[in-house]
Amino acid sequence: MGSYVPATASERREMLQAIGMSAETELYADVPQAMLLDRPLDIPRGMSELEVRSRMEALAAKNKQYDVILRGAGAYDHYIPSIVKYIPAKEEFLTAYTPYQAEMSQGILQSIFEYQTMICQLTGMDVSNASVYDGATAAAEAATMCRDRKRTVTLVSAAVHPDTINTIRTYCYGAGTELRVVPCKDGRTDPDALAQMLTADVASFILQQPNFYGQLEDAKALGAMVHQAKAQYIMSCNPISLALLATPKECGADIAVGEGQCLGMPLSWGGPYLGIMAATAKMMRKLPGRIVGQTTDSEGNLAYVLSLQAREQHIRREKASSNICSNEALCALTAGLYLATMGPEGLKQAAKQSMAKAHYLANALCEIPGVSLKYNGEFFHEFVTVMPKQEEVLAALDREGILGGLPVEDGILWCATEKISRAQLDRAVSLVKEVLA
Amino acid sequence: MKLIFEKSVPGRHSSLLPACDVPEVELDASLCRQEALPLPELCETDISRHYTQLCQRVHGVNCGFYPLGSCTMKYNPRIDEEIAALPGFTSIHPLAPADAVQGCTEVLRLAGEYLCQISGMDGMTFQPAAGAHGEFTGVMLIKQYHDARGDRARTKIIVPDSAHGTNPATAAMCGFEVVNVSSTPDGCVDLDALKAVLGPDIAGLMLTNPNTVGIFDKNILEITRLVHECGGLCYYDGANLNAVMGVVRPGDMGFDCIHMNLHKTFATPHGGGGPGAGAVGCKDFLKQYLPKSAILEGEGSIQVRSFMGNFLVVVKALTYLMTLGREGIREAAVNAVLNANYLMQKIKGTFTPAFDRICMHEFVLDLSEFKKETGVSALDVAKSLIDHGMHPPTMYFPLIVHEALMLEPTETESRETLDEAAEIFRALFEQAHTDPAYMHQAPHHAQIGRPDEVKAARSPVLRWNPA
Amino acid sequence: MKNPKELQYSKSHEWVKEENGIAEVGITDFAQDALGDVVFVNLPEVGDEVTAGETFGDVESVKAVSDLICPISGIVCEINEELLDSPELLNSDPYGAWIIRVEKITEWEKLLDADAYEVFCAEEG
Repeated sequence: MGSYVPATASERREMLQAIGMSAETELYADVPQAMLLDRPLDIPRGMSELEVRSRMEALAAKNKQYDVILRGAGAYDHYIPSIVKYIPAKEEFLTAYTPYQAEMSQGILQSIFEYQTMICQLTGMDVSNASVYDGATAAAEAATMCRDRKRTVTLVSAAVHPDTINTIRTYCYGAGTELRVVPCKDGRTDPDALAQMLTADVASFILQQPNFYGQLEDAKALGAMVHQAKAQYIMSCNPISLALLATPKECGADIAVGEGQCLGMPLSWGGPYLGIMAATAKMMRKLPGRIVGQTTDSEGNLAYVLSLQAREQHIRREKASSNICSNEALCALTAGLYLATMGPEGLKQAAKQSMAKAHYLANALCEIPGVSLKYNGEFFHEFVTVMPKQEEVLAALDREGILGGLPVEDGILWCATEKISRAQLDRAVSLVKEVLA
Repeated sequence: MKLIFEKSVPGRHSSLLPACDVPEVELDASLCRQEALPLPELCETDISRHYTQLCQRVHGVNCGFYPLGSCTMKYNPRIDEEIAALPGFTSIHPLAPADAVQGCTEVLRLAGEYLCQISGMDGMTFQPAAGAHGEFTGVMLIKQYHDARGDRARTKIIVPDSAHGTNPATAAMCGFEVVNVSSTPDGCVDLDALKAVLGPDIAGLMLTNPNTVGIFDKNILEITRLVHECGGLCYYDGANLNAVMGVVRPGDMGFDCIHMNLHKTFATPHGGGGPGAGAVGCKDFLKQYLPKSAILEGEGSIQVRSFMGNFLVVVKALTYLMTLGREGIREAAVNAVLNANYLMQKIKGTFTPAFDRICMHEFVLDLSEFKKETGVSALDVAKSLIDHGMHPPTMYFPLIVHEALMLEPTETESRETLDEAAEIFRALFEQAHTDPAYMHQAPHHAQIGRPDEVKAARSPVLRWNPA
Repeated sequence: MKNPKELQYSKSHEWVKEENGIAEVGITDFAQDALGDVVFVNLPEVGDEVTAGETFGDVESVKAVSDLICPISGIVCEINEELLDSPELLNSDPYGAWIIRVEKITEWEKLLDADAYEVFCAEEG
C-alpha cells in the first residue's frame, strides 16, 4: 500500500497516548457507531509507486496520439515553448494555496498582476480578473454581470461554441433568467435578427470572434447595434487571434472573455483550461473572482494583494453575484509566461502562420473536385467544408495519424495552427484526394 | 522586485517558430487590430530568471508547514505530476473520436468508481472545475429534481450560519432564497432552529460534516431525515471529507449529492489558487440530471463548463487514489484526525481551543480572551507565524467564533513538524505577554510588511502602466 | 463625535435631515466607526424609488460590506458623486457626507432623536 503518512506505528501510539487515547477508533467517538463503515471500502488495495506508474502509463497508452491535429472547435494545438512547460511545474507555484497571506505570496500575486496587465494589453480593456474556470464559464459570468432588475434577458449568437451556449443557458436557468439565441445567416450572426431581438429587457449580447465556424463577424457593427439598444456587449475572443484582429475595446465591447487554453496549455482532453475575463473600468466592481491590486506595505515598499474583496462570496455570502473562489491561477501564470516568451512579434507570428496555414489548407482542399467552403466570409484559422464521403475522409486521415476536422451539421470544421508544416498539410490533402478520387 | 514589463528591451526575443512555409494572408483592414500590442520583449534567460525570482517569493505546501484550516494542504506527491504530464494524456484533443480516447474515459470511469465508494454515491461527474463550481452543480441537481416534479414551491435552501461563504452564494446563484439556521455553541445544527424552518417551501439543505469548526455533528441522521421528511434534499459540502474518508460515508449519513475537492482531499496541488476539480456525486435518482457537454454528448442537460472538466486534475487524483487504495484512504483520514488532536493538545497549554473536546481533522482557537489580556489579535499572531516560516492558519473563520484561528495540519506532517509548530505558538504566546508591540508590527522578516489593503481598495491599481 | 441635534436617526444607523420636502440620508458616526475604513459606496441611480426599511445601496470596507437601509420612502433626486472618488469622507465627516437626497417623500420610518439614538447606541455598544 502506498502512503504519505510520515508517522510510524510507534509514533502513532505515542501520539494517541499524548491525547489520552489508547486506540484510533476513539478518535471517532463523536460519530454514531451504527454509521461507521464496518468493512473496508470496496476499492482496490493500495499500490507502490512503481505499480501505479505502470498502471497509469498503460492507461495513457490506450489513447491515440496524433502526429497532426487539424481539429480545433474550442481547443487548439499550438506550439508550447519548453520554458512554458517547465516553470509552472516549480513546486512553489504548484503547491501554494490562494495567496491569502500577501506577506508570503508576493511571487504568485505579482504573476497574477502581470497576467492581468497582459490580458488588458491583449484585449485593450481596462481591467482583468485573475481568471475563471474556462471560456464557457467566463461568458456565463459576464452575462450575470450585465443583468439588473430591469434588464434580465441574455442574447447569444448561435455561432458561439455549443458548450459555451449550453453553459450560459445553465447559469441563466439557475438565476431564473431567459437566454435567447440569435440565429445565423451564412455562418455569421444575422444582424437583422439581432436588431429585432434587442428589446428593452435585453441586458447583454454575447458574440464569439472568430465564431464557432471560424468566420469573422462584423463585430464593430454588431456592437454598435447593441449599444444603441442600451444593452451591454460581451465579446468572446480567441486570445491568439487578438495579435491580428481588432481588439474587443476597438469593437466597443463592455466585457471581453475568452478561452485561454491556446496560451501555452496543452489540449489535455479538455482541461485544465483558462477563463479570461476583462472589462471596462466602469464594470470593474462587477467582475467576479479574485483580482490582484498594487499597494504599498507598512514601510512604503511596493506590494501586491488580493483586492476589492468585498465583491466576493466570503464577504457578501448570498448577495455575491458569483460563488467563485478557486480559479485557474496556475493556468493564468502559464498564459502570462507564454505571452512574455512569445513577445509581441512571436504572438503575431503564431497568429499569422495559423491563419496562413488554414487558408493554404482551405485552398488546397477546395481544389479537389466536390469540395467547397460552406461559408464565404473571411476566416481566421478555422473553416467549414462540404464534401462527399466525409466519414471515409476522416477515417482515412485517422489511419495515417492525422486528426481531421470536426464533423459539424453537414460539413467538417477544420483548423490549422503554426505547428503544422506545409508538408503535413500536403499529405493530409493528398489523403483526402485519394478518398474522393 | 521589478515587474516583467520593466525588464522589457525593445527587439529582444526568443527564436521559437520557423519562417512561414505557406503564402501569407492579409485580412480586410476593418477587421484588423489598430492599437499597438505592448507585450514585454525578453529573451529566455530573462524569463527564466524572472520566474525563478517570483517562485522564491511563494510558499507552497511542498516547501513547508501550511496548516490553513478548511483547505487541506497535504503534501502533493510528485508521481501525480509526472503521470499527468504524460503526452498520452496531455496531447489528447477533447473532441477526438471515442475510440482514440479510451484511456481518458477509463480514467474518469475508474476515478468515478473510487469516489463513489468513498462518498457512498452512485454517479459522478468531473465537469465542475472547483469546489464552489461543484456546489453550483450539486444544487442545480436539486433544482432540476424539484422542477421535473413540478414542485415549484420549493424556493429556499437552508444553510447553517457556520457555513463557508460559497454555500449561500451558490444557493443564490441557483435562484434560491437562503434560510440561515443558527448553530449550537459547538457549531452543530440547532435541531429546533432547523425544525422551525422546515416546510413545503424547502428545496434542500447544504451542510458540511464534520462542520466548519472541526466537529462531527452527532445528529446528522436526524438532520437528513427531517429534511427528507419535508420533501427537501441534502447536499454535502465535501470541504471536510479528509477527516472521514474510509471511516464514514456521506451517502450513509443521508446525503443525496456531494462535491469533493480533488485539490484538497485527493492531494492534487492548488497552483496558487487553481486549477482544482470539484467532482460531484449523487444517488441514483439524481443521475439523470448530471451535467453533460453539448458538443460531445448533445443538448438537453445542464452544463457547467466546456468538455469533460479539468481532466489532468482527475488524472492526478486517480494516481493518488490508486496509490493509497482501500487501506491508505482510511489511514490518511485517521492520521489527519490524530495529527489535529495531537497539535491541539500541544497548543492547549497556551492558546485556548474554541471547543475543548475531540476534534476531527481541524480545530479552532478562540483568541478573544487572549486579545483582551494582551491586546494581541488573531491577525497579529498569524502575521508573527510568517516570521517563523510557517504559513498562518485560516483567520477569522468560522464567523461564529471571534478572533478565530483555524488549524488543519493534515496527515502528511510529521510529529516533529507538529512539535515545532506548537513550540512556535508557545513562544508567541509568551511574546504577546512581554512584547505585544513587536507582534502588532509583524511580520518583520517577510517579503513585505503588512500591505495597505485600504489603499488597494480605495484607489485600485490593477494593472501596470508605462510611466 | 456628537450626533447633531437637528438630525433624526434610524436603528440601522442612518441619519436623515429634511428641508423643504427634500431629505438627505447618510450614515452615523457610530456606523462608520463600526465599519472601519470605507473603501467603496454602491449608490442607487437618480430616479430610483426607495422604500422605508429597504436597502438602497451598500458600503464596503476591506473585509466587510454593510447594507444601507433607507429610513424613508420616495424618489432619489440626487446622489453624492463625490463619494465615488472619496469614500473616506464617510469616515472623516459622516454628518457632512450625505449619500442620497430623496424627494416626493411618502413614508417615514419611526426615527429617534439624537438623545434617544445615543442611548440606543450605548445599549448596542
